[in-house]
Amino acid sequence: MKKRNLSDNFMKLFIILSSIITLGTMIWILIYVISNGIAHVSWEFLTEFQEGQIEGGIFPYIISTLYIIFITILIATPIGIFSAIYLVEYAKPGKIVRIIRFATESLAGIPSIVFGLFGLIFFVTMLGFRWSMLSGALTLSIMVLPTVVRTTEESLKAVPNIYREGSLGLGASKLRTIRKVILPSALPGILTAVILSIGRIIGETAAVFLTAGTAKALPKSIMDGGRTLSVHMYYLAKEGISMDKAYATATVLILVVIVINFIANKLASRLNKKNS
Amino acid sequence: MERVDNSNISQASLNMKKSKSTVLWEKFVEKIFFISACMAIISIATITIFIFAKGGPAMLEIGIFNFMFGTTELGGKVYLWQPGADIYHIITMILSSIYITLGAIIIGVPIGILTAVFIAEIAPKWLVKIMKPAVELLAGIPSVVYGFFGLIIIVPMIYEAYGRQLKGGGNSMLAAIIILSIMILPTIINISIAAIKAVPIEYKEGSLAMGATHIQTIFKVMIPAAKSGIFAAVILGIGRAIGETMAVILVAGNSIKFPTSISDSVRPMTAHIALEMSYASPGLHENSLFATGIVLFVFIMLLNIALNFITHKVGE
Repeated sequence: MKKRNLSDNFMKLFIILSSIITLGTMIWILIYVISNGIAHVSWEFLTEFQEGQIEGGIFPYIISTLYIIFITILIATPIGIFSAIYLVEYAKPGKIVRIIRFATESLAGIPSIVFGLFGLIFFVTMLGFRWSMLSGALTLSIMVLPTVVRTTEESLKAVPNIYREGSLGLGASKLRTIRKVILPSALPGILTAVILSIGRIIGETAAVFLTAGTAKALPKSIMDGGRTLSVHMYYLAKEGISMDKAYATATVLILVVIVINFIANKLASRLNKKNS
Repeated sequence: MERVDNSNISQASLNMKKSKSTVLWEKFVEKIFFISACMAIISIATITIFIFAKGGPAMLEIGIFNFMFGTTELGGKVYLWQPGADIYHIITMILSSIYITLGAIIIGVPIGILTAVFIAEIAPKWLVKIMKPAVELLAGIPSVVYGFFGLIIIVPMIYEAYGRQLKGGGNSMLAAIIILSIMILPTIINISIAAIKAVPIEYKEGSLAMGATHIQTIFKVMIPAAKSGIFAAVILGIGRAIGETMAVILVAGNSIKFPTSISDSVRPMTAHIALEMSYASPGLHENSLFATGIVLFVFIMLLNIALNFITHKVGE
């Protein structure tokens, strides 16, 4: 009995130690970066910009990021949602569904640098979009597709079957049932998919800098190149020209991610409440 | 539904008419859904074709074995990568990728699984409410921020720990391993939690009823029962570690040489592609980077197939 308690306590110690490492690392990163960076995040930092200057504010990089988020979501969301609808509402188990699932899983596993290489030869070079917001967004659309499909799938599956049967039983067609009954109750889940995708787009570097370029410029159209916040962050860290700006940019990125996670959590808990 | 007609017959014919165009429309929309679902297949096929079309010929020109495992000896010196002299060998990058991934797995997997055990089984509810969003946040932090953190904290720490003797100034395999182990934690934790939660409650109750302690039940019953899910978590973690680029570039040092110790500066495949791509001249140099992409791609696809195999086994 005593021996058993000893090994039990030993394992418990390891479990708690591991949890402390996990939680501690996260708190360390957040506090270290934010405490060093927050003082340098000012209104000027967010809104000012001098052409070709790395020392100035991050305004153009915020705009580039927004451009790419907007176009990517515009492309990836409908395709991802339609795809999830097909998989959950129409597809019968079989070979084709297995292949679609395997393709989706594989897509999720491909490293972002490989997406970058692909975007570079396909969108930038072959289709002639050059280093532009469009090339970057198209590349990222493929990259976030698995996130949208899987999250939407989960929320569609969470819609109780009674809803479907009720609607179909009342004489509504399948499409009408999907549009009027299933999609509305899956909406928080779909929004979560969009939010998670936005998080991935903001955090992405390797795939973007090969397709949207690294220009220190304000993009004026979707055919212009530019660097996103993360790409800018990479150069700040790598070149080490201005540590203050690096800390400040990292702080902005972290704060944005915190806000995104907060929204995603709120949506998820709303979805859970709705369907339970 | 919209209109109620007095005559049954006309109602029926109205339904017929409506249903004909509706059926057509429904079929059409179903096709659109189907095509959307196929986009994943189309994408992965296109990516595969283009990467292989661009990198494949270069790989054949250099020689697949020579490219992946060879070295060039000239005048008693070993050359690994000299685009100017058309010398392309990626053996050191392959080894570096494998080493840092292994290192990250050795550190990250036990910590991740034990944290998952804590969240799924031991932690009180209020703590779970803190830990779960924390893990999600850890997953959401951009990789460049991890790289930056590694560069300003981990790298100087390693430099000090080695008595300021390192040529790379602390940029090393060890730094990459530490950063990657942190980065794979969320993947390992989240999937392990799901796997542990999926173990039927009867297993747990049965074990507890037999007089086993909670900890014994966790390690002797629940984790073995959840092993395929945990295995899937490890494979996804490997995928994340081997594919990580920006965080690694910032801390690994990026020297092209055979890694001999964890304090060595290393350049994994991903970092190699990203670093050289910005100045590679079109031709064999650029194509050899796509060839490096092929090697990376094949690694990942093998992992995906392994993962697919495991998850299917679980389903059965």
